[in-house]
Amino acid sequence: MIGLLLGTLRTATPLLFAGLGGMFSERGGVVNIALEGILLVGAFAAAATAYYSGSPWLGVVAAVAAGTGLAALHALVSLRFRVDQIVSGVALNMLAMGATEFLMWIFFGSGSNSPRLDSPGLPGAAGRLPVELPPLTLLALLAVPASSWLLFRSRFGLRLRAVGEHPEAADSLGLPVHRLQLYGVLLSGALAGAGGAFLSLNAHYFVKNMSAGRGFIALAALIFGKWRPAGVLGATLLFGFAESLQGHLDLPWLPVRMVQLLPYLLTMVALVGVIGRCRAPAAVGRLFVKD
Amino acid sequence: MPSPRWRRALSAAGEAVWPPAAALGLSFAIGAAIVAAIDENPLRVLPLIFAPGLGSADGFARVLFDATPLILTGLSVAYAFRAGLFNIGGEGQLYAGAFLAAWTALALPGLPRPVALPLAVLAAAAGGALWGAIPGWLKARFGVHEVINTIMMNFLAVGLTGWLLERFLQEPGQMIPHTPEIPAAYQLQPFAQGPGGAWLGLDRANPLGASLLVALAAAVAVGLVFRRGVEGYRLRAVGLSPAAARYGGIGVGGVTVRAMAVSGALAGLVGVHEVLLYRHRFLDNFSSGLGFLGIAVALMGKNHPLGIVLAALLFGFLNTGALEIDIFTQVPRELVVVLQALIILLVVSFGELALWRRRRRRREEAA
Repeated sequence: MIGLLLGTLRTATPLLFAGLGGMFSERGGVVNIALEGILLVGAFAAAATAYYSGSPWLGVVAAVAAGTGLAALHALVSLRFRVDQIVSGVALNMLAMGATEFLMWIFFGSGSNSPRLDSPGLPGAAGRLPVELPPLTLLALLAVPASSWLLFRSRFGLRLRAVGEHPEAADSLGLPVHRLQLYGVLLSGALAGAGGAFLSLNAHYFVKNMSAGRGFIALAALIFGKWRPAGVLGATLLFGFAESLQGHLDLPWLPVRMVQLLPYLLTMVALVGVIGRCRAPAAVGRLFVKD
Repeated sequence: MPSPRWRRALSAAGEAVWPPAAALGLSFAIGAAIVAAIDENPLRVLPLIFAPGLGSADGFARVLFDATPLILTGLSVAYAFRAGLFNIGGEGQLYAGAFLAAWTALALPGLPRPVALPLAVLAAAAGGALWGAIPGWLKARFGVHEVINTIMMNFLAVGLTGWLLERFLQEPGQMIPHTPEIPAAYQLQPFAQGPGGAWLGLDRANPLGASLLVALAAAVAVGLVFRRGVEGYRLRAVGLSPAAARYGGIGVGGVTVRAMAVSGALAGLVGVHEVLLYRHRFLDNFSSGLGFLGIAVALMGKNHPLGIVLAALLFGFLNTGALEIDIFTQVPRELVVVLQALIILLVVSFGELALWRRRRRRREEAA
């Protein structure tokens, strides 16, 4: 039982990072389906850096930087060049997939997986926690109240939400709409990048295309969690639970492969509005053009 | 001297062509820089991508084979886009189509060929149409944006077909789960094995077959719908302004569902290519992003059927060339995926730039 619980927390960690990231992007009105690619790029950057430097924590830093970099590209293409946000996201996901596979050959000399990696630990006495929770999981959990504060209590959060709901009104109050959206997108890259670091470092390997749709599940969790930090936490725990059932659940009448489709189905149901109203930021996906 | 009207027509054509052309050039320049960075000669590596396709009839037929599913998924994206809908569910729709085609063939083994083949083609289209119509209906009925639902339905299609395969159809003892071979009455044979194969200069193993004709026929049909007829008008009206279309008496909900169903059917026809022609069976997890490449093809081809065929041909060249650089150089074949991604990013960015320039010129002319 404890095993299942810990498994749930572990599978939820990258989803939580990416889901909270997506929240900052979408609250500012920018759809970020590049979360999938950001997870992948973060996982690769963490693996390459940790392998060559020998420091897993440096790998985490590199993952955050790489994720922010890819997010910056998304902001450049979709805000500066005004390309449709979905198109930009699809292209960046492709780029992430091709680039990481390409670089795997260069850095690791293999097309399938990296050499064994260490996962980040806590130094000294802090490492002796009562239960064995990866430090990045703890960080992800701490990121929930921190995001909540940033989004609902800070000046930046208020402005970001204003921009995402009604950019024209925000602009007329003198808010720098595109700059705030840029910050939201960059924040999403940093968080999802950290999620990517967890993927590769805690599995001890980087594996080709290891994000495997988790960016999209995170997007689903964001919707299912109604664009709120606590909601995202609940949704990712539920989705993580569904995913970690594999190996714990062997019921002939309930195929695990079907249980794992639950996140997608639940999201579609939630969007229809069966489980209470679930409303996206009003201006999400719509580009603000200042005349 | 060309007359002003000619000059205007020429400059309009130039404006349509320069963004893709510039994007292509810049992508290959970046590709060359990447190749040079890992100590290979770009002037040797990049031409290799086009060498097999241009070198022989057999090579070009392989390019056409790779282009076939991309023509279909590209048309699928363009059809929905005509009605202002963004169908990124091509991946799921082609799984649904391929699976239903295979299942139909295995469930009805005794049918004669003249009934069997059209039935299987219809099944492929119907599977895709169903998978497309669901998000279309959710949009028409509940106003849910189709992008999220088509993404979710991609995962549902892969998972559901995989489970149905494991549960009901799997040939036992296989590493990668797949169905048994479909009955001969349902199989399309490659051109190379037909009477004209040797005459065309095709190798016996060349896989090109009648699915190309299906894709080209689909392109012509989509072109006709776009150009003529009531449905094309309705699609465009809804795409340009749903509110105005509704005011004009068009049933926007119905058009939305139909557009998504037809879009899904076009993607589902990939099942003809994959199941009836290429593998003669349904394979778990067979597509590596054909649906997503369709978005790239539609963007590159400017949502025009002819442009889509040309863009699919380009991507076919890239996919065929990937093998070549893998065999003959130290450069990983994934260079091609990087190139494809760069091409999309740059095509759309340059396309927007061209749009601004046109707008600015119009404003200056008005002033």
